[in-house]
Amino acid sequence: MTTTLHFDQEVMNLLHAAGGEPLSTCIQCAMCSASCPAAPFMDDSPRRLIALINADLRDQVLASNTFWTCASCFACTERCPRGIDPAQLMYALRRYSIWKGVHREDLVGPDFSRRFVRTILRNGKSYEPGYAPAFIWEGGFPGMVREVQGALRLLRKGRLPLIPSRIKDLDGFRRMIGRIIPLEGFE
Amino acid sequence: MTTYAYYPGCSLETMAASYHVSATEVARRLGIDLVEIEDWNCCGATAYSQVDELLAQVLCARNLALVEQSGRTDVVAPCSACFKNLSFANLHMQDDGDLLEHMNYALDADGLAYSGSVRVHHLMGMLVDEVGIDAIRARVTKPQEGLRVAVYYGCQLVRPHRPGQGMQDVEDPRFFEDLMEAIGADVVPFPHRLRCCGGSLIVTSRKAALAMLHELLRSAGESGADLIVTACPLCQVNLELYQAEVNREFGAEFKMPVVYFTQLMGLALGASPKQVGIGSEIVKAGSVLACRGAATP
Repeated sequence: MTTTLHFDQEVMNLLHAAGGEPLSTCIQCAMCSASCPAAPFMDDSPRRLIALINADLRDQVLASNTFWTCASCFACTERCPRGIDPAQLMYALRRYSIWKGVHREDLVGPDFSRRFVRTILRNGKSYEPGYAPAFIWEGGFPGMVREVQGALRLLRKGRLPLIPSRIKDLDGFRRMIGRIIPLEGFE
Repeated sequence: MTTYAYYPGCSLETMAASYHVSATEVARRLGIDLVEIEDWNCCGATAYSQVDELLAQVLCARNLALVEQSGRTDVVAPCSACFKNLSFANLHMQDDGDLLEHMNYALDADGLAYSGSVRVHHLMGMLVDEVGIDAIRARVTKPQEGLRVAVYYGCQLVRPHRPGQGMQDVEDPRFFEDLMEAIGADVVPFPHRLRCCGGSLIVTSRKAALAMLHELLRSAGESGADLIVTACPLCQVNLELYQAEVNREFGAEFKMPVVYFTQLMGLALGASPKQVGIGSEIVKAGSVLACRGAATP
């Protein structure tokens, strides 16, 4: 016999080290939504998203842009009177949606995350020109022109490297990563 | 001379080179030796946690293991995001023996081990708590008098709070203002000093990020500030590189320089503008610093 987990239990299971109190303790006071500077751009406010999870409305949650619109400012986490950690919840939902391959079609976040991680696994360090160019058409032609102008401004000031910086012990670094996740998925 | 392990982070090698230069200059003038961690790697920024939590954790564990291996007990990070990632990864490992064991299993593949002994500081925290505001004030030779600064904490310098940090420090911190007043600057009331700049959304949710930037620039402009002073590379780059786009999008005319706190500190401690990396901004800060008499050699 198999047991299907309620969605809020499934989500709580995604939070290992950090995670706060269970979502079932939420009292819907909306302190998280009131504290959120990105809330006007979310399909569902953080409060509503927690309500959807607690109502086991998995599909509605995964179709929302809310957790991809979180800026990780942790204002909600600081203020939740029940000790829930909404900012870490948003991370957990991003992981869940990437794993399941389910998210709103027009979102940039999932692809951006994958490319960013791939760059780090290749170099050990971040390198913007390694992943940012994939997104310069997001704003159409004018957007592309603006991105290139911005890059040139940084370049002129010596703030954009042409060659990625790499760590020396890349082999050891990758062996270490290989003990956490299969590297094949990112190459 | 006091010595700290130093974790510059990726931004300080590239887009935030002036933060690195000025941090080093300030440390030198205060008799602090910042020794860069040998072969450090990326802290994971905000993107790792959304792919794999343990992956985000192990990246920080490697850096902390390298600090331990060098025989040092304290590490300093100037970037607020690096600081948050390193300090929380450290706390989680100190609190959870199973997690520490798991991390050591991975670290072992790289010939490393971590026991949990390192203390993680933000550069500003180290200067305020370990050097002390009074000691810094005593070393000021060129007070930044007349320079009106909007002190911008942003997010991860104070949030989420760490054990031992009071609620007051999260909702109404004063240490950044105190530090700027200690170097003689005129701190203006800046209501949005703790509000997020939207930095991590600039690629993924452009509309939200631009609106958040606009709010901040408006608040800083209305406060009468000559410039914004920050302690985070992502905030600095975001606030100045996209100012032109905010102006276009919202019909505004912001021309607000955004500098690192270490740049102003360096000037106050007698360094030249060049020694603290003034001149590499997109929105020029040189003229406002000069006209306020703050950067005269």
